[in-house]
Amino acid sequence: MVKTHWSEITPENIYLNRRKFMVTGALATGALAMAACGTGQSAGKAAAGAGANQVPAVQVYPADKLPAALAYADPFASTGKDEIGDSLNKFQEITNYNNFYEFTTTKEDVAREAQGFAAFPWQIEVGGLVNKPKTFDLDEIYQKFTQEERIYRLRCVEGWSMVIPWVGFPIAALLKEVEPQNAAKYVRFVSVMRPDEMPGQRMAILDWPYQEGLRLDEAMNPLAIFATGMYGKPLTNQQGAPFRLVVPWKYGFKSTKSIVKIELVDTMPPTAWNTAASNEYGFYANVNPTVDHPRWSQSTERRIGELGRRPTLMFNGYAEEVTSLYAGMDLAREF
Amino acid sequence: MEQQQRTIGGYLKSNWFWLTVNLASSIPLILLIWDFAQDTLSVDPINAINNRTGRAAIVILLLSLACTPVNTVFGFRKALTVRKALGLWAFFYAGLHLFNFVGLDYFFDVNLILQDAVLKKPYILAGLGALLILLPLAITSTRSWMRRLGRNWKRLHRTVYAAGGLAVLHFFWQAKAAERIEPLLYALALALLLILRIPALRRAIVKMRTQWLGNRSQPALEHR
Repeated sequence: MVKTHWSEITPENIYLNRRKFMVTGALATGALAMAACGTGQSAGKAAAGAGANQVPAVQVYPADKLPAALAYADPFASTGKDEIGDSLNKFQEITNYNNFYEFTTTKEDVAREAQGFAAFPWQIEVGGLVNKPKTFDLDEIYQKFTQEERIYRLRCVEGWSMVIPWVGFPIAALLKEVEPQNAAKYVRFVSVMRPDEMPGQRMAILDWPYQEGLRLDEAMNPLAIFATGMYGKPLTNQQGAPFRLVVPWKYGFKSTKSIVKIELVDTMPPTAWNTAASNEYGFYANVNPTVDHPRWSQSTERRIGELGRRPTLMFNGYAEEVTSLYAGMDLAREF
Repeated sequence: MEQQQRTIGGYLKSNWFWLTVNLASSIPLILLIWDFAQDTLSVDPINAINNRTGRAAIVILLLSLACTPVNTVFGFRKALTVRKALGLWAFFYAGLHLFNFVGLDYFFDVNLILQDAVLKKPYILAGLGALLILLPLAITSTRSWMRRLGRNWKRLHRTVYAAGGLAVLHFFWQAKAAERIEPLLYALALALLLILRIPALRRAIVKMRTQWLGNRSQPALEHR
């Protein structure tokens, strides 16, 4: 009945925005220079530097220093489907439909509003109840932790979903570096606070900065990752560049974007949406088709790019991996 | 008047307000068709159609409810000539809104609509209620129905306020805490329009206006 597929809106090549164009250009120039004289490192740097001069507004991570998993010029994924056979959403779908209230509450406009955001340089402070508190530079994150592709379904509490090929690494790997103490029971994540660059933060939509939390054992689950990229490229600003949380069995709002601070604590930390409306958003926020939102059903979802609806899966389809985390809990009460 | 209507210029002169209002009411539809054809309805077109048609329906319904109070307060009688047209436009957008929900969002899966939406989401019931009230009003909006129903026509058409209330409630219930300002503004507007209909207040306003403006408020000639 519909002859044009919804998602075929703009060819990917046209979609490359200013920054990606620049990164691509710098990559290509760098590669050319390497081939020509063999002094890859310095030539690449020079090329990236030249690129930065052309677009002085926003500094980006030098393309030649990106880890391989993030260095693809065009959107890359190793496969077109997730483990249960669902097709990946397209790059332009994922990067043009974003809930990132720090910029705007209009999902379609976040990409535009986020263009001036400086995701580089970036530091992440990790502290609290740990033996080795440490502030990580983005460089160190890229180098110390193996960046790998993770294809996950993302289920928004609003009732829509996508399949996204993230690039990142397990939260557990980073926590191991700082050595959580025995008293640590929860992990608190805090997003960046920059009202100058984030128009939404100039309004009292939520209690800024955005903060979220996980129980320590949830954070240590191998499915829970920090994402640094998507489709083989660094995260776009609208996705929470350069460093965000992805917890695929929970509603999307748990997956904190543009994280600057991680803290190990002994009590359940306050979380942004729970603070705003505790009857609607619980601390756990596990995807659960049997626990309805106070105002609407959570038993179905609309996959972006599809007509009609599909049933929502328990724990978003990751029940096998995570059910044991909630043994003995009443998930309807602790939602 | 009769002479004027014979020429196009004359027709435009006596109906400019009615024509402008209808043209303006069609803009959301034209934009929707345009964006649909261009495939620029965002990556979630179902959501875009849903929001656009819903907002158009509520705003136009409120405007149709504003016609009588606008005449009461400002003595702008032309407002009365567009009341019916606005009501029908509101019904039209509400119908599109429902079709998008049933057809595109739930793909005509009646069982799923019942189990997942109607029985579990109170805001769906409110929206459905508003549309079910508007349906007989749209059907009986013609002059012949007006004649046939006589006094009852007015009684029946007063239920439009219930439709307005349910529509605003529907909008409010589905909105997130951070996005409730807009439905609250509509609720405020609806309340104000209702207050202006209180007979005593209405008479007082008309009296005040006639005193200020003197002869401008003589009994009106119906333009349409």
